Amino acid sequence: MATAPELDAPVAPLDAFRAEVRDWLAANFPASLKGHDISLSVLEGPTDLSPDQAAWQAAMGEKGWGVPSWPKAYGGGGLDKAQIRVLNEEMARAGAWNPIGGMGVMMFGPTLLEYGNEAQKQEHIPAIAKGLVRWCQGYSEPNAGSDLANVQTFAEDAGDHYIVNGQKTWTSGGQWADKCFALVRTDKSQKHGGISFLLLDMTAPGVEVRPIAMISGQSPFCETFFTNVKVPKENLVGREGQGWEIGTRLLQHERSSLSGGGSASRLFAGKPMGKLAKEYRGEDDKGRVPDSDLRMRIVRHEMDSRAFALTLRRAALEAKSNQGPSAATSIMKNVGARITQDRAELSIEIMGMAGLGWEGEGFSEDELTQTRTWLWGKAVSIYGGSTEIQNNVISKRILGMLDHQ
Amino acid sequence: MAVLNDEQTMLRDMVREWSDEQSPVSAFRKMRAAAPAEGYDPAAWATLGEMGLPGIVIPEEHGGTAFGYLSLGLVLEQLGRNLAASPLASTSAAATAILMGGSDALKAQWLPQIASGAVVATLAIDEGPVHDPAKIATSVVDGKLSGTKAFVAEGDSAGVFVVAAVDGLYLVAGDAGVTRSPRHMADSRSHAQVTFDAAPAEKLGDASLTAQVIDRATAAVCAEMLGMAEQAFNTTNDYLKTRVQFGQQLSTFQALQHRMAKMFTELELMRSAVEGALEAIDAGRSDIDQAVSLAKAVASDTLHLVSREMIQLHGGIGMTDDYDAGFYIKRARVLEAMWGNAAFHRERFARLNGY
Repeated sequence: MATAPELDAPVAPLDAFRAEVRDWLAANFPASLKGHDISLSVLEGPTDLSPDQAAWQAAMGEKGWGVPSWPKAYGGGGLDKAQIRVLNEEMARAGAWNPIGGMGVMMFGPTLLEYGNEAQKQEHIPAIAKGLVRWCQGYSEPNAGSDLANVQTFAEDAGDHYIVNGQKTWTSGGQWADKCFALVRTDKSQKHGGISFLLLDMTAPGVEVRPIAMISGQSPFCETFFTNVKVPKENLVGREGQGWEIGTRLLQHERSSLSGGGSASRLFAGKPMGKLAKEYRGEDDKGRVPDSDLRMRIVRHEMDSRAFALTLRRAALEAKSNQGPSAATSIMKNVGARITQDRAELSIEIMGMAGLGWEGEGFSEDELTQTRTWLWGKAVSIYGGSTEIQNNVISKRILGMLDHQ
Repeated sequence: MAVLNDEQTMLRDMVREWSDEQSPVSAFRKMRAAAPAEGYDPAAWATLGEMGLPGIVIPEEHGGTAFGYLSLGLVLEQLGRNLAASPLASTSAAATAILMGGSDALKAQWLPQIASGAVVATLAIDEGPVHDPAKIATSVVDGKLSGTKAFVAEGDSAGVFVVAAVDGLYLVAGDAGVTRSPRHMADSRSHAQVTFDAAPAEKLGDASLTAQVIDRATAAVCAEMLGMAEQAFNTTNDYLKTRVQFGQQLSTFQALQHRMAKMFTELELMRSAVEGALEAIDAGRSDIDQAVSLAKAVASDTLHLVSREMIQLHGGIGMTDDYDAGFYIKRARVLEAMWGNAAFHRERFARLNGY
């Protein structure tokens, strides 16, 4: 039957490609970077790249393998799914990591490839593929969170350009971004149909960015103010009024990357909870975690994680077969958030006071990270469509339940 | 839904159609009223036999189709949706025990009769009301097995028992030394106390075989639970779209929508866990025990939730015997307790994972 073994079966024509990848990695991936994945910190903020890191980013950018599925014509890798799997396997084998990332790769690029005109694609896609331009997302506003279509930032028609005024919030990485893809209002007379998808230059006059301090002590988000910002009309993606369609398409890319998108590995990174508990709490004479209540909650969490991993695998297999899109994908965001948060809560509970350290001496690096991870994790059930919004989506779109009259 | 091959898709569709048309919940209701001694409708079982279903985990050389456990699960899920009463799960698990541990002679003697549906087989493991394979007193002296087994599913009609004794698993066939006492339970299905008094027994394997066979029986039960949970949920969802209060379908109230969305989420996880266990068995993986404990714990919790909510969301009508909700919650609790409840399997999962 067509399950995992078939996915894992070696395919002969790929052998040549595998050899090519292996040779290229041997020639281009600096051994000093093996296992030192900085891709996340690169995403989170500007990092001074070491010469080796810069060389690796340049090499991958030139090759297009940082965005392996994108067309070669725009600087992508032009690889098919089977080749991408080989690339990932060979990179993992070599201890190599992808230095090309960010919102341009995860969300904006795929959307522009679908909706952008030729000039826009030529201008923006290769720069993303090379990791040269950092994009941020101008969606949420103070009064447009879960009710995103209520955006009020206004782009006034001024002939060959727009004049943009308004405020965006939760702009991830806004303080480091070069450019912004934004939902703006071009028509005040209709809600969804009055929204347009516009590209803004974050260095333009009239753009002001203020980082927001979060409970985790980090400031990955900003408030972004636009005051009489002049934006050329060439920066409109699609038609005026098509912004809601384009913007929600982009959110599908966002949700698939937020929910793990088939890669459960990041969710399950780190020690198994049972092992962590034994380290901090010891064991009883039968080799069990001594706090029986905690032990049972660890089991519940580990089972939840495992059932989720099986669901990710099942959804991927279903998508690969011709059964059509899997209904299971609608639960991924909520379950992913729940598992992330439960894991963090359990970890700090296991560690006791040591799991609540803020900074300085007396705590291990893991312990200090755990505090921040726990607090930051509270955002997971809020951003990218809150748990409540996801439940609305499940009940209305999957279960066919109706709106209240 | 796991990815199926053509044969499996045909099998599932065939059984789904039969279940919906020939064995809807009203058929179970009739069976309950008629109260046959077997605890199921023998004519319906004969039809399942004609469809080849009792031989689904039995090799072709012994008259089966050798489709395996995922396929058995597909069938049990479809039967479970409409609460079809049949000895299929018990018979299949017992057949697996004979297949895994029996001599060639035993296999040749029993498997073809089981595959045709002529003989019902079952497992007789527990000796008390709570599943505990470590608490077994049944013993065998000179090929004669003695002991008392509690709540043996299909104990009323089984012609072959696969019995756990202190030193392993045995096959007891026929009525010599066997006494059955029916236990009438809330789910209206067959459960019996079975006393073996120096019954002739043939050894199938040691205690490790007992554990492996229980895992397979448990996975089969999980598949029935999956079908029940799916149908209980769908029936409830349909009802919410029909019932009008305050001038609105109940289905339009967000408080109810979110409860349904939450249940749907748990159902998807349950499906993955149950299918994962069935696939692990077919693949002969080394962690079948963990996969099964995961499936049974998740299945028990989820079916518990859905069967409770089925009554609550139906309101008063869900409490009436004329409505089907009671059938689901009664069968749900029996299957939750069978082969270890969620707590049993969480404990086992922790132990298997070394904490």
